[in-house]
Amino acid sequence: MAAQLKARSRRFRFPELDLTLVIGIGILLAILLFALVGPSFFDPKSTNVGAFPPRLTPSGDHWLGTDAQGRDVLAALTYATPQTLKIGFLAGIVGLGIGVILGLVSGYFSGVVDTVIRTATDVLNTIPGIALLVVIATMMRSMTVELMALIIAALAWRYPARAVRAQTLTLRERAYVQVAKLNGVGGLEIIIKEVLPNLLPYIAASFVATVSQATLSSIGLEALGLGPQNTLTLGMMIYWAQFYSAILRNMWWWWAPPIVVIILIFVGLLFTSSGMDQLVNTRLRRIE
Amino acid sequence: MPLDYVVKRFGLLIVTVILGVTINFMLPRMMPGDPVEQKLNQLYATSGGQMPDLTAMIESYRARFGLDQPLWNQYLNYWWSLVHFDLGYSLDRFPERVSDTIGSALPWTLGLVGTSTLISFTIGTLLGGLLGWPRVPRPVRGLIPLLMILSAIPYFLLGLVLVFVFAIVLKLFPAGGGYPYGSALRYDVSTIVAILQHAFLPATSIILAGIGTWALAMRGMIISILGEDYIVLAEAKGLKQRRIFVWYAMRNALLPQITTLGLAMSHVVAGAILVEVIFAYPGIGYKLFQAIGAKDYFVIQGIVLLMIVAIAVILFILDLIYPLIDPRIAYERR
Repeated sequence: MAAQLKARSRRFRFPELDLTLVIGIGILLAILLFALVGPSFFDPKSTNVGAFPPRLTPSGDHWLGTDAQGRDVLAALTYATPQTLKIGFLAGIVGLGIGVILGLVSGYFSGVVDTVIRTATDVLNTIPGIALLVVIATMMRSMTVELMALIIAALAWRYPARAVRAQTLTLRERAYVQVAKLNGVGGLEIIIKEVLPNLLPYIAASFVATVSQATLSSIGLEALGLGPQNTLTLGMMIYWAQFYSAILRNMWWWWAPPIVVIILIFVGLLFTSSGMDQLVNTRLRRIE
Repeated sequence: MPLDYVVKRFGLLIVTVILGVTINFMLPRMMPGDPVEQKLNQLYATSGGQMPDLTAMIESYRARFGLDQPLWNQYLNYWWSLVHFDLGYSLDRFPERVSDTIGSALPWTLGLVGTSTLISFTIGTLLGGLLGWPRVPRPVRGLIPLLMILSAIPYFLLGLVLVFVFAIVLKLFPAGGGYPYGSALRYDVSTIVAILQHAFLPATSIILAGIGTWALAMRGMIISILGEDYIVLAEAKGLKQRRIFVWYAMRNALLPQITTLGLAMSHVVAGAILVEVIFAYPGIGYKLFQAIGAKDYFVIQGIVLLMIVAIAVILFILDLIYPLIDPRIAYERR
């Protein structure tokens, strides 16, 4: 039966997983398109408080109605989506950058540097992210989208650092790295020229995971009321909807759209990352 | 158990706690808007300008809360009071003590999140085990994409949808709170029924959001175990499929799941903050939310500290126990 299972997986695994990746990237591209093109259909003023009569049900004029403060919900959605993507992307790229550097350095140079970086990672991993983020975010005088991204990035490097370090440890022992070392190539040069290129698939996979985690943190902080009060993001839309009890007032057109977009973002990211994981792993399997 | 492993691991625990306490002490003190001044301005406004000498009041308030001393003294005092389990007073609900605020909220969180994590783990693991088993009929496999989507949805968004469907549209369950508003808590059947009714929706959102993750992890484990030699041998011996599944595959796949369960249980103290916020559930997370809104920074500090220390201690204990449960885990991790 085990052999039978192996045969089955050989036949079915690749197309199935490629499909996951395709669906994931497809969803993400659709959301990106919505975020890039959407705002041009609406006057930014229609997302202002009091732009329209409040609490209108969806109609031809307002496809998704208006909220309790008179914003057009669809317009708000088109302006909020790019902001949320921006937080996730910024935090993801900064967190990834820090994580990759720390992971490479700690994995390649063992000894004191490694011990320090690893201990720091271990200690920070024990502390629940949300607790630390809440404390940092409450201390800010005013919150902006960029500041939010940086605060989240301050913790987002932990996962990539760990993943990159583990991979660097195995790459360090490979023959081509040893040969470069014997030829007298410096540590930094080996890291950049020999180790880093071989890590790219891993880095790409952990980028998606980091963006996903960062987006989740940002929406969580916003739902707690710690987000940018003057900018519309998907998390802030949910915060305001919750603040004005949109659910109890049965205003589904207000709270449901941001939830749908958020769920699409996460499903897209998850499908992309699990598709990529498989791709990375099969690639490695074929090499070895 | 190698002694140097225990010592090293204990060192990590100490560093974590010290770091947690220090961050916790420093950060809120850099917070904008002196909470004391704010509190007094608020009092001033509500009293309609009847407050005679505001600065004298501020001084006395500061002295009472120890905010007039140099930072270093405050830090040492902070440690001293922590050692005595004294977390100070709530600024927002003076003279309530922070330890009382936390103490009254903690059972709600532990009960809700602990129970739902266990239920989610049980259902998810069984489901994942079945999904990884090749004899399971095809339609059941259709659950896999559904589980993937479920695992991607943030649990509190699931909570919002559940409130809408079951509390607003169907009116089957209360929309929020931990027990009927304004009623006293007694040890009788009707109170327990009411508490369970209130816990149903928040628990369901935690359970549903967790099932996907548990099931997918378990499925992965089962699939990788099916390739092992001992499964082939069991088949060759002609053992019954059910027996191979339960005693050879499930049993071995369970250990890593239990490791993850330990991690998840350590986070029970931190709770499902946002689920509590959405359901106005009277646990730690909701208290934290209220404290953030009121800038009640002693309560924020207390709750954050509790989370950090509790998780650090539980992880320490788990790290010592695991190698005993699962010999495959070596003490020395790279």
